[in-house]
Amino acid sequence: MQPPGPVRGSLDVNDSPSIDVAALPGRLAADLDAAFPDVVRALQDDVFSGALRMTRDRHAAEDIAQEAFARGYRALRTYDAERIRALALRGWIWTIAANLCRNRARSRSRRPESPLADRDVADEAASPESVALASEGPLAALVGGLPWPQRAGVVLRHVVGLSYEEIADALDRPVGTVKSDVHRGLAALRSHLEVQP
Amino acid sequence: MTLEHDLADLRVAAPPHLLDGALARAGLVDAYVVRPSPLGDLYVVFGPDGIRAVDLAEGPGAFEAAYSERTGRDVVPAPGPPVALGRLDRALTRGRPGDLPVDLTDLTDFQRAVLDVTAGIPAGEVRPYGWVAAEVGSPGATRAVGSALARNPVPVLVPCHRVVRSDGRIGNYSLGGPDNKRALLDAEGVDREAYETLADRGVRYVGSDTTGIACLPTCHAARRITDAHRVEFRSAAAATAAGYRACRHCRPKLAAA
Repeated sequence: MQPPGPVRGSLDVNDSPSIDVAALPGRLAADLDAAFPDVVRALQDDVFSGALRMTRDRHAAEDIAQEAFARGYRALRTYDAERIRALALRGWIWTIAANLCRNRARSRSRRPESPLADRDVADEAASPESVALASEGPLAALVGGLPWPQRAGVVLRHVVGLSYEEIADALDRPVGTVKSDVHRGLAALRSHLEVQP
Repeated sequence: MTLEHDLADLRVAAPPHLLDGALARAGLVDAYVVRPSPLGDLYVVFGPDGIRAVDLAEGPGAFEAAYSERTGRDVVPAPGPPVALGRLDRALTRGRPGDLPVDLTDLTDFQRAVLDVTAGIPAGEVRPYGWVAAEVGSPGATRAVGSALARNPVPVLVPCHRVVRSDGRIGNYSLGGPDNKRALLDAEGVDREAYETLADRGVRYVGSDTTGIACLPTCHAARRITDAHRVEFRSAAAATAAGYRACRHCRPKLAAA
């Protein structure tokens, strides 16, 4: 049984309906610099939302999203036109962003102090709104508390809406493993939420 | 079913400035911050390889338009400070880039050499154009130094305002004209009047008869010479003939001993 695709939230204000994601690889191959801003516009809600739910930190999510796009741009400059035209952009950006999220998660778990202390050291300019912990709902908190492979799988499948194949590419794990991670993640969330079938 | 829908609702909109930040990091647009200075608001532009412009403008709109017109690149307000602002402000106040990244890749080797030498002139001191020419190994290229400094993309930070004419005149200044050059020198404590008076009398070097060392007039070492021991020279040849050697701080171009 495949779960249904994610329902798009009503907050996608940055998703410009005029951007045709399917047409982007062709436009990138023709003129990378001119088309790249539309890649960011088309995918920024994906990447920011996913990074936010994996890191539970708005500031980190913003940083990761910007870094992922910047690295993506630099990578595209090294690709030939054929390779660019063949890209599935929504999954491709996550091959970069997922690593950044995982590295962030790792560096946090190695330092067991409170996340707020961690941020104060890492970034003197942390703004109050970057402290998402206080404002996130119970479901987001539970997702953020899942072990890494389950968290990444659940977020990419159900918040971002990638296919299992795309997730397997992004996380560099076999498709079957990703499926079972996602299912176990969902089961853990259900048991915490005491959702009746 | 409910859980999947609730998870999909965890999707949120990216913050509005994420786009600019991403494009700035990719190097597709430049980003600027506005910092105070004795001349008014300074617009400091960061590219992917460091600071690439420092300029004055009437306001953000005028600055962005002028920058795009001049460089062909879009510039946006920096979503977050690209470097610690305290460091940037200290570098601007001291007129010394220090270890801040400065992107001079669009310049010629000669222009870069001129700016490197200029960046080493201490606050509160001035050097003649000809001195910079000698320091870059092209004595006599005084005019070329003048044009290189006129095209300094990062004035204030690389202190071209500290390079003046050897006859004591202040010389030109690309960032809004000579009045701004005077204002910056005054702000860092250069006694312009004393320097101009000396220059009018034809004095180019001052020495101490106790040490036998000759300096450029604004050198911090020269300022410590008491009147009783102060010797004035109208030329390098005169200082050399009197047996004086060049100060190691300000490196006046005396004949080799």
